[in-house]
Amino acid sequence: MANLTIKNLKKSFGETEILKGINLEIKDNEFVVFVGPSGCGKSTLLRSIAGLEEVTGGHILLDTKEITDLAPAKRDLAMVFQSYALYPHMSVRKNMSFALELAKEKKEVIHNKVAEAARILELDPLLERKPKELSGGQRQRVAIGRAIVRQPKVFLFDEPLSNLDAALRVQMRLELARLHHDLNATMIYVTHDQVEAMTLADKVVVLNQGRIEQVGTPLDLYRNPANRFVAGFLGMPKMSFLPGTVTALDHSSVTVELTSGTSVTLPAASEHLRQGSAVSVGVRPENIDVVEPSESSLTGYMDITESLGSDTYCYVKTDGQETLTVRMPGNFACNYGDRIGLHLHVDECHLFDEQGNAVQKPSRLAA
Amino acid sequence: MLSLKQRRSLNTLLMGVLAWGVALAIFFPIFWMLLTSFKTEIDAFATPPQLFFSPTLENYTLVNERSDYLHFAWNSVVVSFGSTIIGMMLAVPAAYSMAFFETKRTKGTLLWMLSTKMLPPVGVLVPIYLIFKDTGLLDTKTGLVIIYTLINLPIMIWMAYTYFKEIPKEVLEAARMDGSTLFQEIWRVLLPMSKGGLAATVLLSLILSWNEAFWSLNLTASEAAPLTALIASYSSPEGLFWAKLSAVSTLACAPILIFGWISQKQLVRGLSFGAVK
Ligand SMILES: Nc1ncnc2c1ncn2[C@@H]1O[C@H](COP(=O)(O)OP(=O)(O)OP(=O)(O)O)[C@@H](O)[C@H]1O
Ligand SMILES: [Mg+2]
Repeated sequence: MANLTIKNLKKSFGETEILKGINLEIKDNEFVVFVGPSGCGKSTLLRSIAGLEEVTGGHILLDTKEITDLAPAKRDLAMVFQSYALYPHMSVRKNMSFALELAKEKKEVIHNKVAEAARILELDPLLERKPKELSGGQRQRVAIGRAIVRQPKVFLFDEPLSNLDAALRVQMRLELARLHHDLNATMIYVTHDQVEAMTLADKVVVLNQGRIEQVGTPLDLYRNPANRFVAGFLGMPKMSFLPGTVTALDHSSVTVELTSGTSVTLPAASEHLRQGSAVSVGVRPENIDVVEPSESSLTGYMDITESLGSDTYCYVKTDGQETLTVRMPGNFACNYGDRIGLHLHVDECHLFDEQGNAVQKPSRLAA
Repeated sequence: MLSLKQRRSLNTLLMGVLAWGVALAIFFPIFWMLLTSFKTEIDAFATPPQLFFSPTLENYTLVNERSDYLHFAWNSVVVSFGSTIIGMMLAVPAAYSMAFFETKRTKGTLLWMLSTKMLPPVGVLVPIYLIFKDTGLLDTKTGLVIIYTLINLPIMIWMAYTYFKEIPKEVLEAARMDGSTLFQEIWRVLLPMSKGGLAATVLLSLILSWNEAFWSLNLTASEAAPLTALIASYSSPEGLFWAKLSAVSTLACAPILIFGWISQKQLVRGLSFGAVK
């Protein structure tokens, strides 16, 4: 049972402020993923929760207990490091039992807990080996085993899969998801792999430059990004942004003239937009279709196409020199330089104001 | 032209010859000392130097009669082990904090410590002699332990620091997360992980203390005098007696040489184990 509350957490290294006031609620059993670009402070935030970094300000509460200044050993959290950080001089068994020994558990209790963890993670045949005799994936499992034997209040993961090859990463991702269901544990997970974020998380926290940009379920963030940063960060390939100017607006829609001269009308509740406001239209690759040039007013040329088998990613240059990414079916064929038309699914497009904040869509009931 | 394979084996051969040459050059003086210690004084003095002679043990019996070898040897043991143990107890925590909790001033502190080794010891002889005299430390093993600990500490901290630097910080953090106290973190994780390097540090400190002659000659007379002082006592007063001097030198070097030889295997094993991350 563990709820973690973070209040106005700040952390500076010398003069530079890395975390600029983080507020976050993490509920019991939740799988929370921190994502963000490199250097945004994900690891620092996680390490502050762990107690490995001294914070400069704010509070961390575990349930109702203040743990902000508690030593890491006293927090009852377990951490899995990117580099695994196994004890090289101890066998796999010793690595897993170390924490229990320190806690002065009974021998047989330790034995049973290690056996249980080894069974879950399929480590039985490896228990007497030293870390150097294991493969990367096995080491990762030992690191996870070391965390689960302790039954901590919260699990902390710092990019645990980033040292594994692609196939193993997928496998371990599934195992982690299964583990989360089986253990019913609160987990906080740092990654910059958005597939991991989307697939594992109950709740995604998008960080940028030491601030939280948005918190929500993966689909919520994908469908309703609060700003351009979140919109551009989540989704592969990335959302394309088309700059434009507002030419007309009413209570539930906005008409935007794009640089190429084409006008699009989007559903949007436009309280602080007015005519002439600079905006940008965000379009996900799956919300555009390539059509015949005659069928659309938005036209351009095909740049590179990438065939992935299941999908084809088309990079398109419009006549207004905007670049767009389009996802087409795997059997789609087109040549470099072909003249094409583009069809936007306007209902699915996103509108961002000059500051990069999303313009709300009118609620479905009102529309 | 030589083939690549031939060139490689020629390389190996040359390297082998070179290595042997260096090894022999280093070993020769020790070998000559050992040889001389079994000669009579007349043989020892002969020109050209004699490689073949009838060996005698008379130097050793004489040395044994004239001075209490065990007394000096015991002093050497106590002083070098004592200073090494105390030195390690100070060096490990110091190096730990410098390696894992680095601040702006860490590098400077390290350099400053090492710079104290650049000062010629004779420059501080008088003040230290006076301090020792006033505190009653002259000619005591305690006094020697203190001075040896202090002169070797910079090197010991520096070495331990270098070895600790190679240990990934996350492993210690993992131990901290696992609930270990500071002492458990150092004793159960840091020390086993760096035991090869620390063994090398211990060995170096032992050797340096064992062979130290400047301070032991100046600060001891008879009670606390270690083996280096014993050797010196054979070189000055009655003129030079090469054979006896060699015998006493052999006796002084033998323990540390044997010790080094025995620990070498452990040392190599320890060093290679420590290298695995
Ligand atoms: N010990 C430190 N001293 C000074 N600056 C630090 C220290 N640790 C981290 N930083 C800085 O803090 C910022 C955030 O680092 P952090 O490791 O939290 O980033 P991250 O989001 O985890 O990035 P990545 O995805 O690359 O792991 C970076 O700009 C980094 O340079
Ligand atoms: Mg990081």
